Amino acid sequence: MENIINLFIKSIFVENMVFAYFLGMCSYLAVSKSVKTATGLGLAVIFVLGITVPVNYLLENHVLQEGALTWLGPQFANVDLSFLSFIMFIAVIASMVQLVEMVVEKFAPALYSSLGIFLPLIAVNCAILGGSLFMQQKEFLNIGEATTYGLGSGIGWFLAIIGIAAIREKVQYSNVPKPLRGLGMAFIITGLMGMAFMGFSGIKL
Amino acid sequence: MSDKEALFSKKNLRLLTDPLGSKNPITVQVLGICSALAVTAQLKPAFVMTLSVIVVTALSNVIISLLRNTIPNRIRIIVQLVIVASLVILVDQVLKAFVYDVSKQLSVFVGLIITNCIIMGRLEAFALGNKPGPAFLDGIGNGAGYGLILIVVAFFRELLGAGTIWGFHVIPEGFYNLGYVNNGLMVLSPMALITVGVIIWFQRTKNHDLVEENK
Repeated sequence: MENIINLFIKSIFVENMVFAYFLGMCSYLAVSKSVKTATGLGLAVIFVLGITVPVNYLLENHVLQEGALTWLGPQFANVDLSFLSFIMFIAVIASMVQLVEMVVEKFAPALYSSLGIFLPLIAVNCAILGGSLFMQQKEFLNIGEATTYGLGSGIGWFLAIIGIAAIREKVQYSNVPKPLRGLGMAFIITGLMGMAFMGFSGIKL
Repeated sequence: MSDKEALFSKKNLRLLTDPLGSKNPITVQVLGICSALAVTAQLKPAFVMTLSVIVVTALSNVIISLLRNTIPNRIRIIVQLVIVASLVILVDQVLKAFVYDVSKQLSVFVGLIITNCIIMGRLEAFALGNKPGPAFLDGIGNGAGYGLILIVVAFFRELLGAGTIWGFHVIPEGFYNLGYVNNGLMVLSPMALITVGVIIWFQRTKNHDLVEENK
C-alpha cells in the first residue's frame, strides 16, 4: 500500500509529464488559453491515461514480451513480439479513445458537449502514448501499480495545464514585449513553472 | 497541367524552404514540441532524432498522399496512425541496430515520433490534398525545419551546459582556471523551454508578420 502511494505522488510531482518529460506539449500549449477548456481537456487526459496504461500493461505482459505467450502452450515460449509494441499501443489508445467517446456521448451528453473536440484529439496526445511507453520501461510488478502510474501522471498533466492556463489568463493584462506575446511567453512561463517543479526532484519516497 | 510541373519548380521549392523560416513547424505552427525539447540536451541525439523525423515525415507524407483517394474520411486518423507507427518501428529497429547507445539515450522518444504532432499535422494539412511529389518535399521541408530548431537548441544547451560540442571539449581549459563554470541548469529540462522561447522572440523580432497581437 505504501508503495502505491509513493508511486502516485512521484508520478504527479517528481516525474511530472509536462515538466520533467515535456509530454503532451502540443495540446498543452494550444488549449491553455482559458482555465475552463483546460479543465475539460485535463479531466479527459486523466480518464484516458487511467484506462490505457493498465490495458497496455496487460497487453505487454501477456502478449508482447518474450515468453509472454506461454499461456497458449509451451511452444510459444520463445516468441518475442516486443517490436510490435508501438503499433499495438497506439491501436489500443486510438480505439479506447473512440470507445470512451461513444460511452460518454451515450451516458453523459453534458460532459460530451463540454469536452467537444478534445476527446478525439487525445488519441494523438504524446502524454498518453508516453505513459504507456514509460510503463513498459519501468516494468511494474502488477496491474495496480500500472493503474496508479497512469492516474498519477494524468493528474500531474491536469495540474500543469490548469496552472499555465491560469497564469496565461493573467498575463494577458500585462505588458509583454510584442514579439514575445502568445507562444513565446507560454514557453517561458512553462520553463519557469518547470524550475519550480524541479524543487520536487530528488525527493526520495 | 500540374502533372507536367517539374518536381523542383519554384512553387515546390517553397514547400521545402518555407518550413525552415516563416512557417517553421516548431516556432510558428506549434507542432512537435514534445520531442523537440526532450532530446536537445546534447547535439548527437538531437541530430539522430532530426534524421529519424525527416525520414518518417517524408515517407508517411508520400504514402498517405498515394492512398489519399482510397482512405474513407471517418477512419483516416487510424489509418494514418498505423502507417506512421509502422514507419517508426522500422526507424526504431534501424537505430537499435546501428547506433545503439543513441537509441538508448532517446529512450521513449523514438516511439513518441508516432504522436509527434508534426507528422499528423502535415498529413492532415498537406498530404491528404496533394500529389506524392509535393507531399514528399513538404515532408522533408517540415522535418528539416523541425531539425533546425532542434539543432540550434541542442547546440546552445550542450555548449553552455557541458562545454562540449558533439562530445568534444571546446571551451579552453584556461577559462575553467579563471573561474568559468559550466551552467548545469542548461542541461535540465526547463532551460530547453526557455531557449525555445528566446528563439521565438528572436525570430519574431526579425519577422514582424509573425507577431501575435492582443494575446
